[in-house]
Amino acid sequence: MATIQMRTTARAMMAPAVILLLVWMAVPLAATLYYSFQNYTLLNPVISFAGLDNYYYFITDPAFASAVLNTIYLVGGVLLITVIGGLFLALLIDQPIFGQGIVRILVISPFFVMPTVAALVWKNMLMNPIYGIFAWLFSLVGLPPVDFLAQIPLLSIILIVAWQWLPFATLILLTALQSLDGEQMEAAEMDGAGVVSRFIYLVLPHLSRAITVVILIETIFLLGVFAEILVTTNGGPGTASTNLPFLVYTQALLNFDVGSASAGGIIAVVVANIVAFFLMRIIGKNLEA
Amino acid sequence: MARSVSTSRRITFTVVAWVIALILFFPILWTIITSFKSEGDAIAFPPVFLNFHWTLDSYREVQERSDYLLHVWNSAAVSFGSTLIALLISIPAAWAMAFNPGKRTKDILMWMLSTKMMPAVAVLVPFYLAFKNLGLLDTKLGLIIILTMMNLPIIVWMLYSYFKEIPGEILEAARMDGATLGKEIVYVLAPMAVPGIASTVLLNIILSWNEAFWTLNLSASQAAPLSTFIASYSSPEGLFWAKLSAASTLAIAPILVMGWFSQKQLVRGLTFGAVK
Repeated sequence: MATIQMRTTARAMMAPAVILLLVWMAVPLAATLYYSFQNYTLLNPVISFAGLDNYYYFITDPAFASAVLNTIYLVGGVLLITVIGGLFLALLIDQPIFGQGIVRILVISPFFVMPTVAALVWKNMLMNPIYGIFAWLFSLVGLPPVDFLAQIPLLSIILIVAWQWLPFATLILLTALQSLDGEQMEAAEMDGAGVVSRFIYLVLPHLSRAITVVILIETIFLLGVFAEILVTTNGGPGTASTNLPFLVYTQALLNFDVGSASAGGIIAVVVANIVAFFLMRIIGKNLEA
Repeated sequence: MARSVSTSRRITFTVVAWVIALILFFPILWTIITSFKSEGDAIAFPPVFLNFHWTLDSYREVQERSDYLLHVWNSAAVSFGSTLIALLISIPAAWAMAFNPGKRTKDILMWMLSTKMMPAVAVLVPFYLAFKNLGLLDTKLGLIIILTMMNLPIIVWMLYSYFKEIPGEILEAARMDGATLGKEIVYVLAPMAVPGIASTVLLNIILSWNEAFWTLNLSASQAAPLSTFIASYSSPEGLFWAKLSAASTLAIAPILVMGWFSQKQLVRGLTFGAVK
């Protein structure tokens, strides 16, 4: 019984949120697109049309290829650790164990640590090659200490970020696991299905959507990892741990090259949109159910 | 489900789970322990775990070295401020979408969500330039504007999903009894919606408190929230682990406790209702 007056009211109530978001989204993106076609550095106030030059220079810069690779390694590495580790942890916590509530709290805690704190604590107190906990553990088994952030910078950052996101995967998968039909599991067990076949034929299919959601949402966030790199390696040594967002940041705020940074930003949008496309389809399907 | 589990199996699982949980929690525990050490004990090798001289010196020095409380206040002002403003804009929108859905409501919701997928780095340049020209760099107002808009889609979505669970018939009944729109919201909707709104607020304060892209790029000394302030400890001029730990412990403690209470809402909010 939606009268015209009610519909008008509804529209008026939605308007502020919709208009603000529209402006928020369209204006800066249009500005980035515009800058990406201009010769514009903050050191030189003269702006001139550049055509596709910025894209050309950004893409042919050797730092770009390594940044793309680093982004893929970072996203892929963290996904691998968090999805497999999260699955294992969720299955473990779902067992009847003593102190389940506390175990759960301990496991999810890293997710609430702000990125700069997480990265600095790992960098100093755990990974420091002289005084760090890892150096001490290595010395206990007679191994030489590893200078993590200098020798294996990207892998170290993957470890730190995975530590932050493992709780997320665990929590989502645990929630999905707890909605699994207990009777179905029992029936399968009575019919003689072993642990492995119950996992493959019942648990995994039940979790498949939650796993997909974890992968897609983590990917969105992991494509934008920034703070962890800034406070640990600053992208280095060289560009060994520079990902796409960090490269854009370097171009914009360190080299003051607005045009080139904007071209990089647009490339980041394209990459994110490919992922977003799949995520939106899954969430959209869920909205209908 | 009364499946009998043998005690030995239960104990095995318990031990394995506790060991893994403690390993994962160790960096946080270690930070808290180190915050009570002197700088000398903090870099002792081999590390000292409990048998050291416990002291609160680091907490005092953190405040003296730089105005720590200023950054606490910045963090609180920015996260609470942005959440409140976003809430004021979102509640009417979510209310309209949940109770008066039109043909395009679903499209609008999906579109709002899609704005979250835009990588922040893509709009860093225009925001940086605009903030520079408007004098908003390193101001709390600037950060509040950014974070309000960043979290708006999540807030609308979460509120929408909670509002949808409120039976619409009750609102209609109130309307039949002559309640005006204002009364309908204050006396009927609000009491039922408060738990959902509270969960939304909780999650968003956590997200804004920990935000570390815009805060790092757009704030320096004056408006720096804790996430930016603590990044200043990355300078290699010396090892201040005890002070770093004290500053970190204070920065993460309130959010950690809030997070423990918001596990369920976290799942719902971060998956946009795709996993409940």
